[in-house]
Amino acid sequence: MFESLILILDATLRVSAPLILAALAGLFSERSGIVNIALEGKILAGAFAAAATAAATGSVWLGLLAAMATAIALSMLHGFACITHRGDQIVSGVAINMLAAGLTVTLGRYWFGLGGQTPALSENARFSSITLPGADALAEVPVIGLLYSELISGHNILVYLALLMVPICWWIIFKTRFGLRLRAAGENPHAVDTAGISVAWLRYRALICAGILTGLAGAYLSTAHSAGFVPNMSAGKGYIALAALIFGKWKPVPVLFGCLLFGFLDAIAIRLQGAELPIVGEIPVQAIEVLPYILTVLLLAGFIGRAVGPKAVGVPYIKSR
Amino acid sequence: MNDSKIPAWANMIVLPLLNILFAFAFAAIIFIAVDVNPIEAAKVMINGSLGYQEGIGYTLYYATNFIFTGLAVAVAFSAGLFNIGGEGQAYIGGLGVGLACLGLDHVLPFWAILPITMFASLLFGAAWAFIPAYLQAYRGSHIVITTIMFNFIASSLMVYLMVNVLKLDGQMAPVSRIFESNAVMPMFHEIAGWFGLSFSQSPMNLSFIIALFCCVLVWILLWRTRWGYAIRAMGASPSAAEYGGINHKRLIIIVMLISGALSGMLSLNEVQGYSQQLKLDFVAGYGFTGIAVCLIGRNHPVGIILASVLFGILYQGGAELSFDFPNIDREMIQVVQGLVVLFSGALSFMLVKPAERLFVYLDEKKQSRITSAAET
Repeated sequence: MFESLILILDATLRVSAPLILAALAGLFSERSGIVNIALEGKILAGAFAAAATAAATGSVWLGLLAAMATAIALSMLHGFACITHRGDQIVSGVAINMLAAGLTVTLGRYWFGLGGQTPALSENARFSSITLPGADALAEVPVIGLLYSELISGHNILVYLALLMVPICWWIIFKTRFGLRLRAAGENPHAVDTAGISVAWLRYRALICAGILTGLAGAYLSTAHSAGFVPNMSAGKGYIALAALIFGKWKPVPVLFGCLLFGFLDAIAIRLQGAELPIVGEIPVQAIEVLPYILTVLLLAGFIGRAVGPKAVGVPYIKSR
Repeated sequence: MNDSKIPAWANMIVLPLLNILFAFAFAAIIFIAVDVNPIEAAKVMINGSLGYQEGIGYTLYYATNFIFTGLAVAVAFSAGLFNIGGEGQAYIGGLGVGLACLGLDHVLPFWAILPITMFASLLFGAAWAFIPAYLQAYRGSHIVITTIMFNFIASSLMVYLMVNVLKLDGQMAPVSRIFESNAVMPMFHEIAGWFGLSFSQSPMNLSFIIALFCCVLVWILLWRTRWGYAIRAMGASPSAAEYGGINHKRLIIIVMLISGALSGMLSLNEVQGYSQQLKLDFVAGYGFTGIAVCLIGRNHPVGIILASVLFGILYQGGAELSFDFPNIDREMIQVVQGLVVLFSGALSFMLVKPAERLFVYLDEKKQSRITSAAET
């Protein structure tokens, strides 16, 4: 029992890592006033860029850089449309998701000729798991040994980075001058403007941060979680991250727990596939898979707490009014 | 945005066309990047979609889907609501049509089944839009997020139903049985046959006519009724509409029910016409394409018909393209679609400023010519 719990929690961490990164990306952009339903497309483009670069150069780090650069480029396109030209942020997000879904497969097919996949990556072109010091020695110790060697040790560097990003993002958004201004731009951009600070530049910087984080999430999918890119491999993770962002009420630590909860549900769904449970019998996988969405809707509706987003989110800033 | 600096004809026709041209120019660059001559590709696409009867049939079959989803997005857009849940509403609408067909195809003749399936598609689609609409109107939750969530919920629900309830015994694929022929939409080549005309076989069917009929109804609704006036007033300025005595909560629900019903009707074409059975993922992104169609068509039924045919050409032409050019497949159409949404939607204001400047400049020149003529 204890062992399977540890295994589920271990899987939870692995599934949650890209969600955490993407949800934090959404946190940056929505806190600055930009709705980001383009998370999905940015993750997908990042995943493709990472796998393609890692396959071509053999270096997983170059892949990571490429993923971040690609996601930042898409973020800048998002900004160009809805900050500079005051376009609709949701329409722009939809466009980016479509572009990412189409371009990754088209370019992948042209470059690698594998129907949109990238070649399978060898071990050194991937992020491999890190065994923390003492994990093997402690493995035999009851309870703590399993906890340490299975759950805490043995993940790849991006999982640790994702967890580390939570306090870092919290510190940036809530403890620095940039963070204060960024939150102000999402609540009351006119006040920011009155103080002589450029709302547009603030929002662009928030989108750059979002690009870096979604790039990491994408690289995680294709070069750490699996060994290569397959078409549409983000499979709705961007939207789940968006749900987790709302679930965490736009605050880093609750967002982390939202991601872990949704990751946990995902891990359980895989584990329970076809399994008979006492009392309730077989639970359909779909019923568990759908829980994150239902929980988010319930939360949005105010039935379990209240989720109120940044006040100016989704509204293009027009100086003169 | 002060539109008065630009003449109406430029605003309604020239700017949208320029936006599409931009999108196509970028698409051409991507074609060149994957070693495909864009002019050759355009030729193949136009020939494949308009060059022969079967091609035209396929083009209009796709267009039928886009008219339904485009209208759905447009009705909601007119009220300032972004219904991104066309995917899920169409999916559930298909469930309604499928259940009606499976239940009645042994019992009733086609003319009796058609009204029932139409009603089922409307009802199921609208029902799926009702909860997000209610939550937006009365609980203040953002409709974009809830409709996205409902797309995923619809997808999970359908997987569950298809795998556990509707799948045939002893079959691997999660599909229902094929409907009896008396439940299936008459194909266009059959309809042509009734009038003594001949048309090549294609999946184009009676629902194309239903779609055109819906365009007329939506036009009447939006521009010729009090509801339509209220809808457009709410889209233009919610606070002004509220002040003018419009009950916006009720209106949100009405608009979303209409929008969901229109999305649901897609399945008349896709389930009752094309696949003739219930299966997974038959919506295949048509709901999202509706957003592009609505943006190009500028929320107007006539524009939506034209934009739907354009996307029909892209889909059908894109399928032909993959036969001739190994570097391209259907995904390329998604790139074009993304570019269209980007330029016609998100960047639609980009050309407004330069155009304004141009027309102000022309105006000043005309003015100075008049004054100088008056002086001499």
